[in-house]
Amino acid sequence: METLLQQIVNGLVVGSVYSLVALGYTMVYGILGLINFAHGDVMMIGALVALQAILFAQKMWPSLGPLALVGIGLVVSIPTCMLLGYVVERTAYRRLRNAPRLAPLITAIGVSFLLQTLAMIIWGRGYHSFPQLISTVPMQPIEGVFVTPVQITTLLVSAGLMAALLLVVNKTPLGRAMRATAENHRVASLMGVDANKIIAITFIIGSALAAIAGVMVASNYGIAHYTMGFLPGLKAFTAAVLGGIGNIGGAMLGGIVLGLVESIGAGYIETWSFGFLNSSYQDIFAFIILGAVLIFRPTGLLGERVADRA
Amino acid sequence: MIRLLEARGIAKRFGGVQALSDVSLSINKGEIYGLIGPNGAGKTTFFNVLTGAYVADQGEFIFAGAELPRGKPHEVVARGIARTFQNIRLFRDMTALENVMAGHHIRMKANVWGILTQNRATREEERLATLRAYELLKYVGIERYADTISKNLSYGDQRRLEIARALATEPQLLALDEPAAGMNATETGQLRTLIETIRNDGVTVLLIEHDVKLVMGLCDRVAVLDFGKKIAEDVPAVVQRDTAVIEAYLGGAHHAH
Repeated sequence: METLLQQIVNGLVVGSVYSLVALGYTMVYGILGLINFAHGDVMMIGALVALQAILFAQKMWPSLGPLALVGIGLVVSIPTCMLLGYVVERTAYRRLRNAPRLAPLITAIGVSFLLQTLAMIIWGRGYHSFPQLISTVPMQPIEGVFVTPVQITTLLVSAGLMAALLLVVNKTPLGRAMRATAENHRVASLMGVDANKIIAITFIIGSALAAIAGVMVASNYGIAHYTMGFLPGLKAFTAAVLGGIGNIGGAMLGGIVLGLVESIGAGYIETWSFGFLNSSYQDIFAFIILGAVLIFRPTGLLGERVADRA
Repeated sequence: MIRLLEARGIAKRFGGVQALSDVSLSINKGEIYGLIGPNGAGKTTFFNVLTGAYVADQGEFIFAGAELPRGKPHEVVARGIARTFQNIRLFRDMTALENVMAGHHIRMKANVWGILTQNRATREEERLATLRAYELLKYVGIERYADTISKNLSYGDQRRLEIARALATEPQLLALDEPAAGMNATETGQLRTLIETIRNDGVTVLLIEHDVKLVMGLCDRVAVLDFGKKIAEDVPAVVQRDTAVIEAYLGGAHHAH
Protein backbone atom coordinates (compact mmCIF):
# COMPACT_ATOMS: atom_id res chain seq x y z
CA MET A 1 0.00 0.00 0.00
CA GLU A 2 2.79 2.42 0.91
CA THR A 3 4.52 1.55 -2.35
CA LEU A 4 1.41 2.42 -4.32
CA LEU A 5 0.86 5.72 -2.50
CA GLN A 6 4.52 6.59 -2.85
CA GLN A 7 4.46 5.89 -6.58
CA ILE A 8 1.30 7.95 -6.99
CA VAL A 9 3.02 10.91 -5.33
CA ASN A 10 6.10 10.47 -7.54
CA GLY A 11 3.89 10.04 -10.59
CA LEU A 12 2.00 13.25 -9.93
CA VAL A 13 5.23 15.21 -9.63
CA VAL A 14 6.84 13.76 -12.75
CA GLY A 15 3.52 13.97 -14.58
CA SER A 16 3.05 17.64 -13.81
CA VAL A 17 6.42 18.37 -15.43
CA TYR A 18 5.45 16.27 -18.47
CA SER A 19 2.23 18.29 -18.64
CA LEU A 20 4.08 21.60 -18.68
CA VAL A 21 6.32 20.49 -21.53
CA ALA A 22 3.45 18.75 -23.33
CA LEU A 23 1.58 22.07 -23.39
CA GLY A 24 4.31 23.53 -25.58
CA TYR A 25 3.98 20.65 -28.05
CA THR A 26 0.23 20.74 -28.12
CA MET A 27 -0.21 24.51 -28.45
CA VAL A 28 2.15 24.66 -31.41
CA TYR A 29 0.52 21.61 -32.99
CA GLY A 30 -2.92 23.10 -32.44
CA ILE A 31 -1.99 26.25 -34.29
CA LEU A 32 0.42 25.05 -36.99
CA GLY A 33 -0.04 21.28 -37.23
CA LEU A 34 3.70 21.13 -36.55
CA ILE A 35 5.36 18.79 -34.05
CA ASN A 36 8.12 20.95 -32.68
CA PHE A 37 10.70 18.31 -31.79
CA ALA A 38 13.07 21.03 -30.64
CA HIS A 39 10.78 21.83 -27.71
CA GLY A 40 12.50 19.41 -25.31
CA ASP A 41 15.79 21.07 -26.10
CA VAL A 42 14.37 24.49 -25.26
CA MET A 43 13.69 22.97 -21.87
CA MET A 44 17.33 21.81 -21.66
CA ILE A 45 18.58 25.29 -22.58
CA GLY A 46 16.29 26.69 -19.88
CA ALA A 47 17.89 24.46 -17.25
CA LEU A 48 21.47 25.18 -18.32
CA VAL A 49 20.96 28.94 -18.58
CA ALA A 50 19.37 28.94 -15.13
CA LEU A 51 22.34 26.95 -13.81
CA GLN A 52 24.75 29.45 -15.32
CA ALA A 53 22.86 32.38 -13.81
CA ILE A 54 22.69 30.72 -10.39
CA LEU A 55 26.43 29.94 -10.36
CA PHE A 56 27.18 33.49 -11.41
CA ALA A 57 24.93 34.95 -8.72
CA GLN A 58 26.42 32.68 -6.07
CA LYS A 59 29.87 33.96 -6.93
CA MET A 60 28.84 37.62 -7.07
CA TRP A 61 26.62 37.76 -4.02
CA PRO A 62 27.51 34.82 -1.76
CA SER A 63 25.06 35.92 0.87
CA LEU A 64 21.97 35.34 -1.29
CA GLY A 65 19.41 32.88 0.02
CA PRO A 66 18.39 29.78 -1.97
CA LEU A 67 14.99 31.14 -2.97
CA ALA A 68 16.55 34.33 -4.32
CA LEU A 69 18.96 32.17 -6.33
CA VAL A 70 16.13 30.11 -7.84
CA GLY A 71 14.41 33.39 -8.62
CA ILE A 72 17.47 34.74 -10.41
CA GLY A 73 17.80 31.48 -12.35
CA LEU A 74 14.20 31.74 -13.54
CA VAL A 75 14.36 35.47 -14.26
CA VAL A 76 17.31 34.87 -16.58
CA SER A 77 16.27 31.58 -18.16
CA ILE A 78 12.61 32.35 -18.88
CA PRO A 79 13.28 35.39 -21.11
CA THR A 80 16.21 33.58 -22.75
CA CYS A 81 13.96 30.68 -23.72
CA MET A 82 11.17 33.02 -24.83
CA LEU A 83 13.63 34.73 -27.13
CA LEU A 84 14.94 31.37 -28.31
CA GLY A 85 11.40 30.14 -29.08
CA TYR A 86 10.70 33.31 -31.02
CA VAL A 87 13.93 33.11 -32.99
CA VAL A 88 13.37 29.43 -33.86
CA GLU A 89 9.84 30.14 -35.08
CA ARG A 90 10.88 33.20 -37.01
CA THR A 91 13.95 31.75 -38.70
CA ALA A 92 13.22 28.03 -39.05
CA TYR A 93 9.46 27.52 -39.21
CA ARG A 94 7.76 30.64 -40.54
CA ARG A 95 9.04 30.35 -44.08
CA LEU A 96 7.92 26.71 -44.15
CA ARG A 97 4.40 27.48 -43.05
CA ASN A 98 2.85 26.53 -46.36
CA ALA A 99 5.35 23.79 -47.21
CA PRO A 100 4.38 20.09 -47.14
CA ARG A 101 4.22 18.86 -43.55
CA LEU A 102 7.33 16.73 -43.74
CA ALA A 103 9.56 19.77 -44.34
CA PRO A 104 8.88 21.59 -41.06
CA LEU A 105 8.96 18.27 -39.18
CA ILE A 106 12.47 17.48 -40.42
CA THR A 107 13.47 21.09 -39.78
CA ALA A 108 12.29 20.67 -36.19
CA ILE A 109 14.54 17.63 -35.76
CA GLY A 110 17.36 19.69 -37.26
CA VAL A 111 16.73 22.53 -34.79
CA SER A 112 16.80 19.96 -32.00
CA PHE A 113 20.26 18.74 -33.08
CA LEU A 114 21.41 22.32 -33.48
CA LEU A 115 20.37 23.30 -29.95
CA GLN A 116 21.94 20.17 -28.43
CA THR A 117 25.19 20.77 -30.27
CA LEU A 118 25.25 24.43 -29.29
CA ALA A 119 24.67 23.48 -25.67
CA MET A 120 27.45 20.91 -25.91
CA ILE A 121 29.84 23.55 -27.25
CA ILE A 122 28.88 26.09 -24.58
CA TRP A 123 28.54 23.86 -21.53
CA GLY A 124 30.65 20.87 -22.53
CA ARG A 125 29.83 17.18 -22.59
CA GLY A 126 29.95 16.57 -18.88
CA TYR A 127 27.15 16.40 -16.33
CA HIS A 128 26.76 19.54 -14.24
CA SER A 129 25.46 19.27 -10.74
CA PHE A 130 22.51 21.55 -10.28
CA PRO A 131 22.45 23.18 -6.82
CA GLN A 132 19.67 21.79 -4.65
CA LEU A 133 18.32 25.14 -3.61
CA ILE A 134 14.94 23.91 -2.48
CA SER A 135 15.30 21.25 0.15
CA THR A 136 15.34 17.62 -0.99
CA VAL A 137 15.12 16.31 2.55
CA PRO A 138 12.10 14.01 2.48
CA MET A 139 9.15 14.62 4.74
CA GLN A 140 6.77 11.91 5.81
CA PRO A 141 3.18 13.18 5.79
CA ILE A 142 1.94 9.57 5.94
CA GLU A 143 3.93 6.74 7.50
CA GLY A 144 6.09 5.24 4.77
CA VAL A 145 5.32 7.84 2.08
CA PHE A 146 8.07 10.36 1.39
CA VAL A 147 7.68 13.77 -0.22
CA THR A 148 10.42 16.35 -0.66
CA PRO A 149 9.80 20.11 -0.60
CA VAL A 150 11.14 20.40 -4.14
CA GLN A 151 8.49 17.90 -5.26
CA ILE A 152 5.76 19.86 -3.54
CA THR A 153 7.01 23.08 -5.12
CA THR A 154 7.09 21.44 -8.55
CA LEU A 155 3.53 20.22 -8.19
CA LEU A 156 2.16 23.54 -6.94
CA VAL A 157 3.97 25.68 -9.50
CA SER A 158 2.86 23.40 -12.35
CA ALA A 159 -0.74 23.45 -11.19
CA GLY A 160 -0.67 27.24 -10.89
CA LEU A 161 0.84 27.73 -14.33
CA MET A 162 -1.65 25.38 -15.94
CA ALA A 163 -4.59 27.11 -14.28
CA ALA A 164 -3.25 30.47 -15.46
CA LEU A 165 -2.81 29.17 -19.00
CA LEU A 166 -6.36 27.81 -19.08
CA LEU A 167 -7.66 31.18 -17.93
CA VAL A 168 -5.67 33.06 -20.57
CA VAL A 169 -6.75 30.72 -23.36
CA ASN A 170 -10.42 30.54 -22.44
CA LYS A 171 -11.19 33.90 -20.91
CA THR A 172 -9.09 36.58 -22.60
CA PRO A 173 -8.96 38.28 -26.01
CA LEU A 174 -5.48 36.84 -26.54
CA GLY A 175 -6.77 33.33 -25.92
CA ARG A 176 -9.70 33.92 -28.25
CA ALA A 177 -7.33 35.01 -30.97
CA MET A 178 -5.20 31.92 -30.31
CA ARG A 179 -8.19 29.62 -30.58
CA ALA A 180 -9.34 31.40 -33.74
CA THR A 181 -5.88 31.05 -35.25
CA ALA A 182 -5.76 27.38 -34.22
CA GLU A 183 -9.04 26.66 -35.97
CA ASN A 184 -7.99 28.30 -39.21
CA HIS A 185 -5.19 30.82 -39.38
CA ARG A 186 -6.17 32.04 -42.85
CA VAL A 187 -9.73 32.83 -41.81
CA ALA A 188 -8.47 34.36 -38.56
CA SER A 189 -6.24 36.76 -40.47
CA LEU A 190 -9.11 37.64 -42.80
CA MET A 191 -11.08 38.52 -39.66
CA GLY A 192 -8.34 40.87 -38.50
CA VAL A 193 -6.23 38.63 -36.27
CA ASP A 194 -2.51 39.06 -36.94
CA ALA A 195 -1.81 35.32 -37.26
CA ASN A 196 1.99 35.74 -37.38
CA LYS A 197 1.92 37.58 -34.10
CA ILE A 198 -0.35 35.03 -32.43
CA ILE A 199 1.83 32.15 -33.65
CA ALA A 200 4.94 33.89 -32.31
CA ILE A 201 3.21 34.45 -28.94
CA THR A 202 2.28 30.77 -28.83
CA PHE A 203 5.91 29.75 -29.27
CA ILE A 204 6.96 32.28 -26.65
CA ILE A 205 4.46 31.04 -24.05
CA GLY A 206 5.39 27.41 -24.71
CA SER A 207 9.09 28.21 -24.36
CA ALA A 208 8.53 30.04 -21.07
CA LEU A 209 6.76 26.96 -19.69
CA ALA A 210 9.61 24.78 -20.98
CA ALA A 211 12.18 26.97 -19.20
CA ILE A 212 10.35 26.54 -15.91
CA ALA A 213 10.00 22.81 -16.49
CA GLY A 214 13.73 22.63 -17.20
CA VAL A 215 14.56 24.24 -13.87
CA MET A 216 12.17 21.82 -12.13
CA VAL A 217 13.69 18.74 -13.73
CA ALA A 218 17.22 19.89 -12.99
CA SER A 219 16.32 20.72 -9.35
CA ASN A 220 14.58 17.38 -8.90
CA TYR A 221 17.45 15.26 -10.16
CA GLY A 222 20.25 17.68 -9.21
CA ILE A 223 21.79 17.31 -12.66
CA ALA A 224 21.88 19.34 -15.88
CA HIS A 225 23.29 18.07 -19.15
CA TYR A 226 23.09 18.94 -22.84
CA THR A 227 20.99 15.86 -23.70
CA MET A 228 18.64 16.20 -20.73
CA GLY A 229 15.88 17.54 -22.98
CA PHE A 230 15.66 14.54 -25.24
CA LEU A 231 13.91 11.89 -23.16
CA PRO A 232 11.58 14.21 -21.21
CA GLY A 233 10.78 15.91 -24.52
CA LEU A 234 9.87 12.62 -26.11
CA LYS A 235 7.76 11.66 -23.11
CA ALA A 236 6.02 15.01 -23.07
CA PHE A 237 5.27 14.50 -26.74
CA THR A 238 3.82 11.10 -25.80
CA ALA A 239 1.74 12.83 -23.13
CA ALA A 240 0.44 15.33 -25.68
CA VAL A 241 -0.51 12.50 -28.06
CA LEU A 242 -2.09 10.55 -25.21
CA GLY A 243 -4.27 13.50 -24.24
CA GLY A 244 -5.14 14.32 -27.84
CA ILE A 245 -2.58 16.48 -29.57
CA GLY A 246 -3.77 20.03 -30.14
CA ASN A 247 -5.96 19.87 -27.04
CA ILE A 248 -4.69 21.93 -24.10
CA GLY A 249 -6.69 20.11 -21.42
CA GLY A 250 -5.57 16.87 -23.04
CA ALA A 251 -1.90 17.73 -22.66
CA MET A 252 -2.40 18.35 -18.94
CA LEU A 253 -4.33 15.10 -18.46
CA GLY A 254 -1.93 13.14 -20.67
CA GLY A 255 1.09 14.33 -18.68
CA ILE A 256 -0.42 13.34 -15.36
CA VAL A 257 -1.64 9.95 -16.63
CA LEU A 258 1.73 9.21 -18.20
CA GLY A 259 3.57 10.20 -15.03
CA LEU A 260 1.32 7.95 -12.92
CA VAL A 261 1.58 4.96 -15.25
CA GLU A 262 5.33 5.32 -15.44
CA SER A 263 5.82 5.64 -11.68
CA ILE A 264 3.44 2.88 -10.71
CA GLY A 265 4.90 0.70 -13.44
CA ALA A 266 8.42 1.38 -12.19
CA GLY A 267 7.34 0.49 -8.68
CA TYR A 268 5.93 -2.89 -9.62
CA ILE A 269 7.82 -3.92 -12.75
CA GLU A 270 10.15 -6.09 -10.71
CA THR A 271 7.26 -7.98 -9.13
CA TRP A 272 5.38 -8.29 -12.41
CA SER A 273 8.37 -9.62 -14.33
CA PHE A 274 9.41 -11.98 -11.50
CA GLY A 275 12.62 -10.04 -10.96
CA PHE A 276 13.63 -10.15 -14.60
CA LEU A 277 13.29 -6.37 -15.12
CA ASN A 278 13.92 -3.60 -12.61
CA SER A 279 12.81 0.00 -12.25
CA SER A 280 15.47 1.32 -14.63
CA TYR A 281 13.20 -0.05 -17.37
CA GLN A 282 10.52 2.49 -16.48
CA ASP A 283 10.89 4.26 -19.84
CA ILE A 284 9.26 1.25 -21.47
CA PHE A 285 5.85 2.38 -20.24
CA ALA A 286 5.84 5.73 -22.02
CA PHE A 287 6.54 4.09 -25.34
CA ILE A 288 4.10 1.24 -24.81
CA ILE A 289 1.49 3.94 -24.22
CA LEU A 290 2.59 5.90 -27.31
CA GLY A 291 2.31 2.78 -29.46
CA ALA A 292 -1.03 1.75 -27.99
CA VAL A 293 -2.56 5.22 -28.39
CA LEU A 294 -1.42 5.49 -31.99
CA ILE A 295 -2.87 2.06 -32.77
CA PHE A 296 -6.13 2.12 -30.82
CA ARG A 297 -7.04 5.76 -30.32
CA PRO A 298 -4.96 8.04 -32.54
CA THR A 299 -7.02 11.07 -31.53
CA GLY A 300 -6.02 10.63 -27.87
CA LEU A 301 -8.12 10.71 -24.72
CA LEU A 302 -9.72 14.11 -25.27
CA GLY A 303 -8.96 14.57 -28.94
CA GLU A 304 -11.63 15.06 -31.50
CA ARG A 305 -11.96 13.84 -35.01
CA VAL A 306 -9.46 15.75 -37.12
CA ALA A 307 -10.71 14.63 -40.51
CA ASP A 308 -12.27 17.98 -41.37
CA ARG A 309 -9.10 19.90 -40.60
CA ALA A 310 -7.78 20.17 -44.14
CA MET B 1 -20.84 60.81 -54.37
CA ILE B 2 -17.72 59.78 -52.49
CA ARG B 3 -15.69 56.98 -53.97
CA LEU B 4 -14.87 54.38 -51.31
CA LEU B 5 -13.07 51.67 -53.25
CA GLU B 6 -11.41 51.79 -56.59
CA ALA B 7 -9.88 48.73 -58.24
CA ARG B 8 -7.36 49.62 -60.93
CA GLY B 9 -6.38 47.04 -63.51
CA ILE B 10 -6.42 44.02 -61.20
CA ALA B 11 -4.92 40.87 -62.75
CA LYS B 12 -4.37 37.46 -61.20
CA ARG B 13 -3.14 34.26 -62.83
CA PHE B 14 -3.15 30.70 -61.48
CA GLY B 15 -0.86 28.58 -63.65
CA GLY B 16 -2.52 28.54 -67.05
CA VAL B 17 -5.73 30.21 -65.91
CA GLN B 18 -6.08 33.98 -66.11
CA ALA B 19 -8.56 34.28 -63.25
CA LEU B 20 -8.74 38.09 -63.44
CA SER B 21 -7.50 40.31 -66.21
CA ASP B 22 -7.42 44.08 -66.02
CA VAL B 23 -10.48 44.43 -63.79
CA SER B 24 -11.24 48.03 -62.84
CA LEU B 25 -14.29 49.13 -60.93
CA SER B 26 -15.27 51.65 -58.34
CA ILE B 27 -17.69 51.49 -55.46
CA ASN B 28 -19.28 54.59 -53.95
CA LYS B 29 -19.79 55.15 -50.28
CA GLY B 30 -23.18 53.97 -49.10
CA GLU B 31 -24.17 51.86 -52.07
CA ILE B 32 -24.92 48.19 -52.41
CA TYR B 33 -22.70 47.04 -55.24
CA GLY B 34 -23.28 43.68 -56.89
CA LEU B 35 -20.61 41.53 -58.51
CA ILE B 36 -22.14 38.80 -60.65
CA GLY B 37 -21.06 36.42 -63.36
CA PRO B 38 -21.18 32.75 -64.31
CA ASN B 39 -19.35 30.12 -62.24
CA GLY B 40 -15.59 30.49 -62.53
CA ALA B 41 -15.84 34.09 -63.73
CA GLY B 42 -13.38 35.22 -61.04
CA LYS B 43 -15.72 36.75 -58.46
CA THR B 44 -14.32 34.96 -55.45
CA THR B 45 -10.76 35.50 -56.72
CA PHE B 46 -11.56 39.20 -56.80
CA PHE B 47 -12.62 38.98 -53.15
CA ASN B 48 -9.48 37.10 -52.22
CA VAL B 49 -7.23 39.64 -53.89
CA LEU B 50 -9.16 42.54 -52.38
CA THR B 51 -8.94 41.16 -48.84
CA GLY B 52 -5.25 40.31 -49.11
CA ALA B 53 -5.66 36.52 -49.10
CA TYR B 54 -3.97 36.50 -52.53
CA VAL B 55 -1.55 39.02 -53.97
CA ALA B 56 -2.56 40.50 -57.35
CA ASP B 57 -0.08 40.10 -60.24
CA GLN B 58 -0.96 43.59 -61.42
CA GLY B 59 -3.10 46.50 -60.38
CA GLU B 60 -3.95 48.17 -57.11
CA PHE B 61 -6.84 48.93 -54.82
CA ILE B 62 -7.42 52.46 -53.56
CA PHE B 63 -9.57 52.37 -50.45
CA ALA B 64 -10.74 55.53 -48.68
CA GLY B 65 -8.02 57.50 -50.43
CA ALA B 66 -5.01 55.24 -49.87
CA GLU B 67 -3.62 52.09 -51.42
CA LEU B 68 -4.43 48.81 -49.67
CA PRO B 69 -1.53 46.69 -48.37
CA ARG B 70 -0.86 43.54 -50.39
CA GLY B 71 -0.98 40.06 -48.94
CA LYS B 72 -1.62 41.24 -45.37
CA PRO B 73 -5.22 40.30 -44.64
CA HIS B 74 -5.32 41.61 -41.07
CA GLU B 75 -4.11 45.04 -42.19
CA VAL B 76 -6.83 45.16 -44.83
CA VAL B 77 -9.34 44.39 -42.06
CA ALA B 78 -7.82 47.16 -39.95
CA ARG B 79 -8.35 49.56 -42.85
CA GLY B 80 -12.06 48.75 -42.83
CA ILE B 81 -12.89 45.88 -45.17
CA ALA B 82 -14.58 42.77 -43.79
CA ARG B 83 -15.83 39.71 -45.60
CA THR B 84 -17.90 36.56 -45.32
CA PHE B 85 -17.23 33.30 -47.15
CA GLN B 86 -18.98 31.34 -49.86
CA ASN B 87 -18.43 28.16 -47.85
CA ILE B 88 -19.10 29.12 -44.27
CA ARG B 89 -15.86 29.45 -42.33
CA LEU B 90 -16.75 30.15 -38.76
CA PHE B 91 -14.50 29.25 -35.85
CA ARG B 92 -16.49 26.06 -35.47
CA ASP B 93 -15.57 25.11 -31.93
CA MET B 94 -16.21 28.54 -30.45
CA THR B 95 -19.58 29.86 -29.33
CA ALA B 96 -21.48 32.34 -31.46
CA LEU B 97 -20.57 35.10 -29.01
CA GLU B 98 -16.87 34.20 -29.11
CA ASN B 99 -16.90 34.20 -32.90
CA VAL B 100 -18.18 37.75 -32.91
CA MET B 101 -15.69 38.79 -30.24
CA ALA B 102 -12.86 37.27 -32.28
CA GLY B 103 -13.97 39.53 -35.12
CA HIS B 104 -13.67 42.48 -32.77
CA HIS B 105 -10.04 41.57 -31.96
CA ILE B 106 -8.53 44.12 -34.35
CA ARG B 107 -10.34 47.00 -32.62
CA MET B 108 -9.20 46.02 -29.14
CA LYS B 109 -6.15 47.60 -27.58
CA ALA B 110 -5.37 45.11 -24.80
CA ASN B 111 -1.75 43.95 -24.85
CA VAL B 112 -0.20 40.82 -23.38
CA TRP B 113 0.79 42.68 -20.23
CA GLY B 114 -2.71 43.98 -19.63
CA ILE B 115 -4.13 40.52 -20.24
CA LEU B 116 -1.76 38.82 -17.81
CA THR B 117 -2.29 41.41 -15.09
CA GLN B 118 -6.00 41.83 -15.86
CA ASN B 119 -5.81 45.56 -15.24
CA ARG B 120 -8.88 47.74 -15.24
CA ALA B 121 -8.58 48.97 -18.82
CA THR B 122 -8.39 45.41 -20.13
CA ARG B 123 -11.38 44.23 -18.14
CA GLU B 124 -13.44 47.26 -19.12
CA GLU B 125 -12.58 46.76 -22.78
CA GLU B 126 -13.53 43.09 -22.57
CA ARG B 127 -16.83 43.99 -20.92
CA LEU B 128 -17.66 46.50 -23.65
CA ALA B 129 -16.62 44.01 -26.34
CA THR B 130 -18.98 41.43 -24.83
CA LEU B 131 -21.86 43.91 -24.82
CA ARG B 132 -21.10 44.92 -28.38
CA ALA B 133 -21.02 41.26 -29.47
CA TYR B 134 -24.46 40.67 -27.92
CA GLU B 135 -25.76 43.73 -29.76
CA LEU B 136 -24.43 42.43 -33.07
CA LEU B 137 -25.99 39.00 -32.51
CA LYS B 138 -29.27 40.77 -31.82
CA TYR B 139 -28.76 42.90 -34.93
CA VAL B 140 -28.58 39.83 -37.16
CA GLY B 141 -31.32 38.14 -35.12
CA ILE B 142 -29.55 35.25 -33.37
CA GLU B 143 -28.91 36.60 -29.86
CA ARG B 144 -30.70 33.61 -28.31
CA TYR B 145 -27.89 31.37 -29.60
CA ALA B 146 -25.07 33.45 -28.09
CA ASP B 147 -23.70 30.53 -26.09
CA THR B 148 -24.24 27.85 -28.72
CA ILE B 149 -21.13 26.30 -30.26
CA SER B 150 -21.23 27.71 -33.77
CA LYS B 151 -21.00 24.39 -35.61
CA ASN B 152 -24.30 23.40 -34.00
CA LEU B 153 -26.20 26.37 -35.44
CA SER B 154 -28.53 25.93 -38.38
CA TYR B 155 -27.16 26.77 -41.80
CA GLY B 156 -29.03 30.07 -42.10
CA ASP B 157 -27.97 31.12 -38.60
CA GLN B 158 -24.34 30.29 -39.41
CA ARG B 159 -24.57 32.66 -42.36
CA ARG B 160 -26.00 35.37 -40.11
CA LEU B 161 -23.27 34.75 -37.58
CA GLU B 162 -20.64 35.22 -40.29
CA ILE B 163 -22.16 38.60 -41.06
CA ALA B 164 -22.17 39.55 -37.35
CA ARG B 165 -18.53 38.49 -37.04
CA ALA B 166 -17.60 40.59 -40.09
CA LEU B 167 -19.51 43.59 -38.70
CA ALA B 168 -17.60 43.23 -35.41
CA THR B 169 -14.47 44.33 -37.25
CA GLU B 170 -16.27 47.69 -37.72
CA PRO B 171 -15.90 47.79 -41.50
CA GLN B 172 -16.64 50.61 -43.90
CA LEU B 173 -17.03 48.04 -46.65
CA LEU B 174 -18.71 44.70 -46.04
CA ALA B 175 -17.98 42.10 -48.72
CA LEU B 176 -20.51 39.26 -48.81
CA ASP B 177 -19.60 36.17 -50.84
CA GLU B 178 -22.86 34.49 -51.92
CA PRO B 179 -24.70 35.09 -48.65
CA ALA B 180 -27.95 33.61 -50.00
CA ALA B 181 -26.39 30.34 -51.18
CA GLY B 182 -28.46 27.44 -49.91
CA MET B 183 -31.14 29.62 -48.36
CA ASN B 184 -34.87 29.15 -48.89
CA ALA B 185 -37.18 31.97 -50.02
CA THR B 186 -38.07 33.08 -46.47
CA GLU B 187 -34.45 33.17 -45.37
CA THR B 188 -33.44 35.05 -48.52
CA GLY B 189 -36.15 37.63 -47.81
CA GLN B 190 -34.84 38.12 -44.26
CA LEU B 191 -31.29 38.37 -45.60
CA ARG B 192 -32.35 41.06 -48.00
CA THR B 193 -33.87 43.09 -45.19
CA LEU B 194 -30.69 42.62 -43.16
CA ILE B 195 -28.42 43.82 -45.99
CA GLU B 196 -30.60 46.89 -46.50
CA THR B 197 -30.47 47.64 -42.77
CA ILE B 198 -26.69 47.33 -42.80
CA ARG B 199 -26.46 49.78 -45.68
CA ASN B 200 -28.85 52.22 -44.03
CA ASP B 201 -26.64 52.10 -40.95
CA GLY B 202 -23.78 53.46 -43.02
CA VAL B 203 -21.84 50.41 -44.21
CA THR B 204 -21.15 50.07 -47.93
CA VAL B 205 -21.89 46.57 -49.21
CA LEU B 206 -20.14 44.58 -51.94
CA LEU B 207 -22.21 41.54 -52.83
CA ILE B 208 -21.31 38.47 -54.86
CA GLU B 209 -24.46 36.56 -55.60
CA HIS B 210 -25.90 33.95 -57.92
CA ASP B 211 -29.52 34.75 -57.11
CA VAL B 212 -30.14 37.23 -59.94
CA LYS B 213 -33.50 38.31 -58.54
CA LEU B 214 -31.89 39.24 -55.23
CA VAL B 215 -29.07 41.13 -56.91
CA MET B 216 -31.32 43.03 -59.30
CA GLY B 217 -33.75 43.97 -56.54
CA LEU B 218 -31.15 44.95 -53.97
CA CYS B 219 -28.16 46.47 -55.71
CA ASP B 220 -27.69 50.10 -56.72
CA ARG B 221 -25.10 49.14 -59.30
CA VAL B 222 -23.86 45.85 -60.69
CA ALA B 223 -20.65 44.73 -62.38
CA VAL B 224 -20.54 41.56 -64.45
CA LEU B 225 -17.44 39.37 -64.70
CA ASP B 226 -16.96 36.74 -67.39
CA PHE B 227 -13.74 34.70 -67.79
CA GLY B 228 -11.96 37.16 -65.50
CA LYS B 229 -12.92 40.27 -67.48
CA LYS B 230 -15.43 42.93 -66.57
CA ILE B 231 -18.01 42.99 -69.36
CA ALA B 232 -20.54 45.42 -67.89
CA GLU B 233 -21.05 47.86 -65.01
CA ASP B 234 -24.22 49.86 -64.54
CA VAL B 235 -27.54 50.05 -62.73
CA PRO B 236 -29.36 46.68 -62.70
CA ALA B 237 -32.01 47.67 -65.27
CA VAL B 238 -29.35 48.49 -67.86
CA VAL B 239 -27.15 45.49 -67.09
CA GLN B 240 -30.12 43.16 -67.48
CA ARG B 241 -30.59 44.27 -71.10
CA ASP B 242 -26.89 44.25 -71.96
CA THR B 243 -26.29 41.86 -74.86
CA ALA B 244 -22.80 40.86 -73.68
CA VAL B 245 -24.24 39.93 -70.29
CA ILE B 246 -27.07 37.91 -71.80
CA GLU B 247 -24.55 36.19 -74.05
CA ALA B 248 -22.31 35.39 -71.04
CA TYR B 249 -25.16 33.88 -69.04
CA LEU B 250 -27.01 32.16 -71.83
CA GLY B 251 -24.33 31.87 -74.52
CA GLY B 252 -22.93 28.63 -73.18
CA ALA B 253 -26.42 27.17 -73.18
CA HIS B 254 -27.02 28.27 -76.77
CA HIS B 255 -23.82 26.63 -77.97
CA ALA B 256 -24.80 23.43 -76.20
CA HIS B 257 -27.86 23.06 -78.39
